[in-house]
Amino acid sequence: MSLFSKQNKEVFTAPLGKNNPVTVQVLGICSALAVTAQLKPAIVMGLSVTIIVALSNLVISLLRKTIPNRVRIIIQLVVVAALVTIVSEVLKAFAYDVSVQLSVYIGLIITNCILMGRLEAFAMSNGPWESLLDGLGNGLGYAKILVIVAFIRELLGSGCLFGYQVIPQWCYNHGYLNNGLMLMPPMALIIVGCIIWWQRAHNKDLQEQ
Amino acid sequence: MNTNKNSYTFIYASIVVIIVAFLLAFVSSALHSRQQRNIDLDKMKQVLASLNVTGVKDAEATYKQYIVSEQLLSENGAVQTSTKPYQMGGASDDNGCAFKCSTADILTKRPVYVASVDGQTKYVFPLYGNGLWGPIWGYVSLNADKQTVYGVYFSHDSETPGLGAEITNHEKFQVPFGGKHVMKDGRVALSVVKNGNVKDAEYEVNGLSGATFTSKGVSDMLQKDLQAYAAFLSTGTESNQ
Repeated sequence: MSLFSKQNKEVFTAPLGKNNPVTVQVLGICSALAVTAQLKPAIVMGLSVTIIVALSNLVISLLRKTIPNRVRIIIQLVVVAALVTIVSEVLKAFAYDVSVQLSVYIGLIITNCILMGRLEAFAMSNGPWESLLDGLGNGLGYAKILVIVAFIRELLGSGCLFGYQVIPQWCYNHGYLNNGLMLMPPMALIIVGCIIWWQRAHNKDLQEQ
Repeated sequence: MNTNKNSYTFIYASIVVIIVAFLLAFVSSALHSRQQRNIDLDKMKQVLASLNVTGVKDAEATYKQYIVSEQLLSENGAVQTSTKPYQMGGASDDNGCAFKCSTADILTKRPVYVASVDGQTKYVFPLYGNGLWGPIWGYVSLNADKQTVYGVYFSHDSETPGLGAEITNHEKFQVPFGGKHVMKDGRVALSVVKNGNVKDAEYEVNGLSGATFTSKGVSDMLQKDLQAYAAFLSTGTESNQ
């Protein structure tokens, strides 16, 4: 089949919308709560996960016919762990202040359900190009939700975006206060819940009967 | 090829592991010097923060602008080694270099950074201690009289956000240290007390509400680390400069 056939386009675009890993498949919630207090770490996290999901999908798909069935999960884990370690080292070398902010959470990408979920559900039974598209789509779908949540949390929780003051001083002078609850993880969960609510209201086929 | 044979599984797993090990070792060694440079630049920013120098764009240039020398002191306060700030090739081994002194050696090697801020000498001492959940560290800078605090910088690894993590809050927790006295009768009297219980405002700083253990960790860290410099600090005088 051609590179960008209708089916392949569907593989890439579905996770961005109606098969979103966070809001529909409900995977990867933990890091969606942990790193979204500010926009910058959320974007770095989203990009890191996208790269790792795409590359691990590609590698596992290339190896899929050779992997012995009994050690399947272990081999997947080894590949993911190696990729995550490499990304973590690269971040420490080229984006040190962000890597300090993200600290433990980069390592925890290994445990992110999205990875194992897509490897088992897609990469083990599809070709390399399709797996790469699926990985990119899921990664970007995850990144999209992270950016939305982080935007709301940073704007309402600290009046900033990317660390720059956005809410003008006269608002504070008139009694406006930053919503401290926005900086705590439970608020992220509530925001994700609201996004799920909005998505289901607009998408009839996502609604359960 | 039968992928279910035992021997195939065993050989496959071994090869994957060996390839991954080589790959990771290669990446780690290739990036090591860049990572070390980032860690050094971050350390410079922390030292500068304790001198109340913030918004640093070029860490190395600003560091060399303010820091006059890096010294290691002996127990009686005498200067053992003195090197120019951040001389990478200078010390042939890390034993003579105050900048490279690890946190484990602070109490035995006694590193101090001698700075000059607006023509006045300041002394910066590294700190390392335990918070509630993990390590805490920082730098404290004293005025030329070696008696009063000029500025502090604290950081942590895993303290609770909003509670213990507030030791990094400059206005709330770090600014009140300014002007406090350090030594009293040869012992470090500078301490952090429970919020609202300050009896001697010359030496005591209010702790953080809801962060008793972290605040005590800061207090213990200051007392333990600064006590190592007691001989050096006792050569200071009350009059400025």
